[in-house]
Amino acid sequence: MQGTIAGRQLLQPRWLGDAVKMLRDEGPLVPLAGCTDLYVALNFGTLRPTRFLNLWNLDALRGIETRGNALRIGAQTTYTEIMKSAAIHRRLPMLAAAAREIGGVQIQNRGTIGGNVANASPAGDTLPVLLAADAVVVLRSAAGTRRVPMTSFYTGYRQSVARLDELIVGFEIPPVRGRQWFRKVGTRAAQAIAKIVVAGVWDTARGEARPRLAMGSVAPTPLRLSQTERALGSGASLADAQQIVQREIAPIDDLRSTAEYRRRVAANLVGQFYSEARKR
Amino acid sequence: MKLTVNRKTVTVKAHPLTRLLDVLREECGLTGTKEGCGEGECGACTVLVDGEAVNSCLVPVAQVQGSRITTIEGLRGTHPLQRAFVEHGGAQCGICTPGMIMAATALGPRPSLDEIRTGLAGNLCRCTGYAAIYRSVLASRARSRARSKGKGQRAKAKV
Amino acid sequence: MPIRRAVGRNVLRKEGHEKVTGLARYIDDIRFDDVLYVRTIRSTVAAGEIADINYHFDRTGFTVVDYRDIPGRNIVALIDEDQPCLATTRVRHIAEPILLLAHSDRTRLAAAEVAITYRETAPNFDPEGSKLSFKTIAIEKGQLDRGMAEADVVVDGEYRAGHQEQLYIEPNGVVAVPENGGVTLYGSLQCPYYVHRALTVLLNLPAEKVRVVQTETGGGFGGKEEYPSMIAGHAALMAMTSGRPAKLIYDRGEDMLATTKRHPAIVRHRTGVKKDGRLTAMEIDVVLDGGAYATLSAVVLSRGMIHASGPYRCDHVRARGRATMTNTPPNGAFRGFGAPQTQFAIEAHMDVIADRLGIDPLRLRERNALRPGDTTATGQKVGKDCSALQVLRAAGRRTSFSKKRKTFKGSNRGIGLSLFFHGSGFTGGGEVKLASKASLALTERGVQIRVASTEIGQGTRTMHAQIVAETLGIPYDQVDVSIADTATVPDSGPTVASRTCMIVGRLLERCAEEMRSRLGRNTPAAYFKKHGGFVVTKQYEKPPGLEWDDETYRGDAYGSYGWACDVVEVEVDPVTYQATPVSFTTVHEIGRAIHPMLAAGQIEGGSSQGLGYALLEEVVMRGGMMANAQLTNYIIPTTLDTPPMTTKILENPYKHGPFGAKGVGEMPIDGPAPAVVNALRHAGVVVSEIPATPEKIMKAML
Repeated sequence: MQGTIAGRQLLQPRWLGDAVKMLRDEGPLVPLAGCTDLYVALNFGTLRPTRFLNLWNLDALRGIETRGNALRIGAQTTYTEIMKSAAIHRRLPMLAAAAREIGGVQIQNRGTIGGNVANASPAGDTLPVLLAADAVVVLRSAAGTRRVPMTSFYTGYRQSVARLDELIVGFEIPPVRGRQWFRKVGTRAAQAIAKIVVAGVWDTARGEARPRLAMGSVAPTPLRLSQTERALGSGASLADAQQIVQREIAPIDDLRSTAEYRRRVAANLVGQFYSEARKR
Repeated sequence: MKLTVNRKTVTVKAHPLTRLLDVLREECGLTGTKEGCGEGECGACTVLVDGEAVNSCLVPVAQVQGSRITTIEGLRGTHPLQRAFVEHGGAQCGICTPGMIMAATALGPRPSLDEIRTGLAGNLCRCTGYAAIYRSVLASRARSRARSKGKGQRAKAKV
Repeated sequence: MPIRRAVGRNVLRKEGHEKVTGLARYIDDIRFDDVLYVRTIRSTVAAGEIADINYHFDRTGFTVVDYRDIPGRNIVALIDEDQPCLATTRVRHIAEPILLLAHSDRTRLAAAEVAITYRETAPNFDPEGSKLSFKTIAIEKGQLDRGMAEADVVVDGEYRAGHQEQLYIEPNGVVAVPENGGVTLYGSLQCPYYVHRALTVLLNLPAEKVRVVQTETGGGFGGKEEYPSMIAGHAALMAMTSGRPAKLIYDRGEDMLATTKRHPAIVRHRTGVKKDGRLTAMEIDVVLDGGAYATLSAVVLSRGMIHASGPYRCDHVRARGRATMTNTPPNGAFRGFGAPQTQFAIEAHMDVIADRLGIDPLRLRERNALRPGDTTATGQKVGKDCSALQVLRAAGRRTSFSKKRKTFKGSNRGIGLSLFFHGSGFTGGGEVKLASKASLALTERGVQIRVASTEIGQGTRTMHAQIVAETLGIPYDQVDVSIADTATVPDSGPTVASRTCMIVGRLLERCAEEMRSRLGRNTPAAYFKKHGGFVVTKQYEKPPGLEWDDETYRGDAYGSYGWACDVVEVEVDPVTYQATPVSFTTVHEIGRAIHPMLAAGQIEGGSSQGLGYALLEEVVMRGGMMANAQLTNYIIPTTLDTPPMTTKILENPYKHGPFGAKGVGEMPIDGPAPAVVNALRHAGVVVSEIPATPEKIMKAML
């Protein structure tokens, strides 16, 4: 409904330095990147915050590059840029696969990976990818930079360790060995929220299997499935691993699906990962 | 704020958080771009920003200062897609049509059927079942080719 | 067919240029000066009495309207008189409108807080347990017991279909302007004269003081058949009370929450068959969930019941149905209007029978399909224009159906079909009661069509102009179509029931025939120069030989039927239980395709909606309310969800339709859901409830 803009404020920093100073001195401020999530709530009149920080023009948050060993992805990178990036296709194809399944072209042109992570939905499509890739979240504030492993980033439903005065500026991905795998099960073939979303890596460096597996929409946060990984990596049977994953996740019934469906399909997806990711 | 809309510079007074959709429809009087859902699902509000298709219901006007915005009006009725949508049934009730055509312009000159389906997956149509939209886009491609070969040759309208 | 100048050709859509350039003006595009924006305050409980209303905002600049401001009768005039325009002391469903606020400032309007307390009573959400039936219908043919006794096998089945939301991409919206001592209502609507009548009753105004003008409408599908009378009533009340134009446009969420949807249905079949597949007896029971007020439930039930036994011959049929009240938002018109629900059931049931007997589903239908001279369940003798066998055989051949039934066995792929029909026009004596009129005017500017039929995407303006041009022998481009404005056009009846071509188009054909004879050998322009202009008006005449008895529900239910057969191939993913339709073929027999491309457009669009009905579109009801009233969560097909579609149109003319045309608007949505369910059955997944979501398919497979 119209009429929800009045009384709201948008601060427009020109540089990243300005932005973090504003966060420290003029907060609370909600950062705005591509707006593909926040503006839905704004349009519906359910968005409570009234003060926003425009990140869209901050070039420091853009760009994909290799720095040393790490693949560095700026927070403001859109899904379209991810899909077009040669570096991502080379090093992190499962991220391009995830980006392809988000919304349609219009959403892909504006939605950003930083926004996906900051929005902290348990259904975020890139989140299992970052978890399975052992990504590091790079946070910047006026006090400096800190790095948090993605696996420690979320602490609860839509909650993270990021402070109110911190901005996600990018992600650092170490080299990913082994075959990458991604599958999203949505409510339809495009423009769909995930009912369940999985990213995995079958890493067989030094001859031992060290599978990494992460899943979204099955718990209050996206999950790294360490127990299921251990089972698969230690040579347990697939059937056992499928039992373990069903206990490791905590899916619910919601508007889109049921806990039972998510449990069964989670087990089936582990099976599909197991058979497809191990192929040479 | 200064915006470039359909190659013209306009000064808008709207609050920086105003949706680009509302700035276009109300301040600029360009009502060709439609609102179907307000949540970025239907694509009826699609415009081009710097050549890329976006849902204008999800864009704060502050973020498109300095960008080139193109709406359906900017095609001036002469884009091959527009004629093709009429000739081949791509438009029925017409409410999704401006957004659909704008998204289709971003498909490039020679999209395959698969590319059309993927490129238009963010535009919902309730009337056509999409089949006539594909035919319209493919036909406009043929017309574009004929034109560029052309010297005034008109591609024959399919019946 | 001889090549004609207009009919049978894909002439350019009359308003096509406007639609592809952004020039077409939908209601929200039109600027009105001095406008007030309106907001509807709605019930948040499903049943109860209104205890207290408190306004927690500064009321400066606000206009507030409640039921006490209604000058006429507080009803939404339609069929029954049970639905108030604004609630008085009780509410019967969540989202029931209670009062209206208006302000020129949308921010203040959105921020205004109204607190309403209720004394809640126990709501009923179970249509079968309801104590109130809006309508019951009984169809009886032959002697059921005799038919059952003749049977070798008796097959039972129960089928359920949920709500479906019309999801026109343009939400409901109107602007009411107080003028001339009355009101002019502009809006997105299908039936200007329905709104006209509703407003005269609500506002206690004589007919000439109310004017209704249809603006370019972004989809209707029945969702703008009766509902606009409600939203127009609200805007008009606000306009009359405030003295200013009142603009009321719903956003998507309110539209989904508060407006009508397809009636959910529970259909039970008990069918007697011979071993060779011949149907001997059909016993059918139908329950439709009408929601809180009657609206069109009686008529939806009627069409549903008449189609419930499918396009088959059977000497003994007993069909009973009722539309009942639940404390949910009232359900109403949606393309197909009862027939999608009941034909889903009979067609899914036919495959159950085929399985039981070990007969190919196509052969089973061949054995039982109506042929010219057979009688329907209401005793109507179908004529030469019955094409059930032709569409069935054509579809079977084109898809190699019987071969694939064998080769797909044991795979994740299934192929299924449905055979269906759809009556055009209002049921029984309905067209006589409507007494529709159409006018054709010769003016200084040329020939102008004046009808209340609305263009809502299906091509009304174009198709009507083709009929007139062809009959007059003048170019299509010289025929103009008037805006659907009650000040200018006669009452041609509503734009529903697949009647706009067959009934109203025929009226225009007759108008043009008379005009042609009066013009003699003159062109319209030459005649006008010599003699001035004139208007020809024709009124509906029932074709000879049509007899219908509303008491016994026997006789000729419709002047003509269309016939169709869908074949769909579906692939089931064993990992995710998702069913993907991978190919869709349909053969539709529609009398005559006035505009082949527009006809194909109706078939492809309606089929796509049918696929959504089958697989994707679920209205999640919680506590009597649609919980997923957002496009994010109410799932309609995108491009990537829609399979390639192959459409074949056959023509078996109907004598009393214009150039032989029957109707085509609704029939396409009747077939896909059972074809999909039958394909799933073939793939080993037995579901009897739609939408057949992955969650349901999983349950069926485990």
